[in-house]
Amino acid sequence: MPTLTPLETEALSLSMRVALWSVATSLPVGLLVAWLLARRDFIGKTALNALVHLPLVLPPVVVGYLLLVLFGREGPLGRLLFSLFGVSLPFTWQGAALAAAVMAFPLMVRAMRLSLEAVDRRLEAAARTLGARPATVFATITLPLMAPGIVVGAVLAFARSLGEFGATITFAANIPGETRTLPIALYTLIQSPDGEAAALRLTALSVVLSLAALAASEVLARRLRARMEG
Amino acid sequence: MLEMVVEKRLGEFTIDANIACETTGIVALFGRSGTGKTSLINMLAGLLQPDHGRIAINGTTLFDSDKGIDLPPERRRLGYVFQEGRLFPHMTVRANLHYGLRRVPPRERTIQPDQVVALLGLEGCLERRPHHLSGGEKQRVALGRALLANPRLLLMDEPLASLDQPRKDEVLPFIERLRDELAIPIVYVSHSMPEIVRLADTMVLISDGRVEAVGAVDDLTSRLDLRPLTGRYEAGAVIEARVAGHDRDYGLTELAFAGGRLRAPHVNLPVGTRLRLRIRARDVALALEVPPRSSILNAIPAVVRDIGTEECPQVDLRLDAGGATFWARITRRSLIDLGLQPGSAVTALIKAVAIDRYSLGRSAGQGRFLGDDD
Repeated sequence: MPTLTPLETEALSLSMRVALWSVATSLPVGLLVAWLLARRDFIGKTALNALVHLPLVLPPVVVGYLLLVLFGREGPLGRLLFSLFGVSLPFTWQGAALAAAVMAFPLMVRAMRLSLEAVDRRLEAAARTLGARPATVFATITLPLMAPGIVVGAVLAFARSLGEFGATITFAANIPGETRTLPIALYTLIQSPDGEAAALRLTALSVVLSLAALAASEVLARRLRARMEG
Repeated sequence: MLEMVVEKRLGEFTIDANIACETTGIVALFGRSGTGKTSLINMLAGLLQPDHGRIAINGTTLFDSDKGIDLPPERRRLGYVFQEGRLFPHMTVRANLHYGLRRVPPRERTIQPDQVVALLGLEGCLERRPHHLSGGEKQRVALGRALLANPRLLLMDEPLASLDQPRKDEVLPFIERLRDELAIPIVYVSHSMPEIVRLADTMVLISDGRVEAVGAVDDLTSRLDLRPLTGRYEAGAVIEARVAGHDRDYGLTELAFAGGRLRAPHVNLPVGTRLRLRIRARDVALALEVPPRSSILNAIPAVVRDIGTEECPQVDLRLDAGGATFWARITRRSLIDLGLQPGSAVTALIKAVAIDRYSLGRSAGQGRFLGDDD
């Protein structure tokens, strides 16, 4: 097995960290939004739905720039974050995670919403008649039944986050060791005159990583389904 | 005591029901499909909110629109057995059974898992998942799950309707056991008259979102004015009988009732067992005297009490045999030929083979049930 160069190790671990944080932080929000869209009727539902899907249709650079406007030092959210926690997101790996999370959000919500809509509500009613409060019903019936959808949503979001480029480079820039994730490192290598061999190695690494994520999701989803059908 | 006065609009359909009856044994809500039976039971369970009204069970108010009371389903303590079972697919049978039980405070648990598992014969499938159960097993698990929530009342919405006849026969005796051995009151929704006659004591007749009549099953099925609702084909009488003897040589059982003795195909029950027996009007023929030589084993002397006035080639006659009510369905032509009128003395001819296993239900309070048959 070929060993990785320090540059590759750095890009790989950074990408993993960014993608994992992106998925971990957006998972609960995604679940809430999926539940709102699937189960609730409220004013502004169409607007929320459009907002969630926006990153799917906007050029990633536009999303990155919008994030910069919102979360920059002078942006409304950026100023708030800085005054409350002393945190500044642009040009940090946390900022890269945010950009990746926003870009992956529609995929995650979509998968979760579909699986939530497929949950038989009559089973939830049955659980209520057996003495379970709505929150208990959600935890013991709804959540386990939509678990395959949550896994699929998380893996899709993870894979999407690994490959995020446009929004990340716009919002978090290309800082070695901080925001230079795999795709950005690859882009940098292609830009340099003698980086072709190294670029090929990174490409191979990306392919392996993505395939591993896909395989993992397949195995997990199959296992969950098997558990369901016993 | 079940009191229910509710109004509910569902699109074009309106439910306007008023039910008040004792909740001993099984109370059947009977009506054709789409008459609002399931909506009524859902309102009872708290799964559907009435527009207006009041629901109370044994003095506990579950819903009262005037007082702003609407207990959520989880606080009503009513077990619900659904037509489709609704078992949780991601849990084993054991976890399904325990789902409601876990939410009952320990000191309020009067029904225990071992008891229910034995009662419903579920020993063999506790570790299986619902996916691998037969239809009959699924319904038995659903029964057990509802029971273990230790409800004050059990609601059943056509629990047998999605099963084929052999599966129905498998599950029916278990419902009889619940009724008799656990003495738990049951509200049973069905559009099947044979099921109701076999199981229920009280019947609530529902038609078009309204309650047409409430009363004992035998009384309502023998009322001519309710015939359009109770159904022509299934029209018949329910008779209380007792096993009087067995004729092992011919495989017959003799049943004693108020009007005499009936011979029926052998049932493996001890002499003295009380039964309810359903005899359909179309299985009863009439003669003015006992035919000298015929294949018919049962010839019961009776008096015509009432003659149906429906405008069709067949007529239903209500007969009295020593206090027991019978129905006979004959052609209008025969009615004229025999010159039958209220007060005429006749002989009711009943084929022994028309009294089948399915028309025999155990009377409440007996220690055995028909499923013990060999």
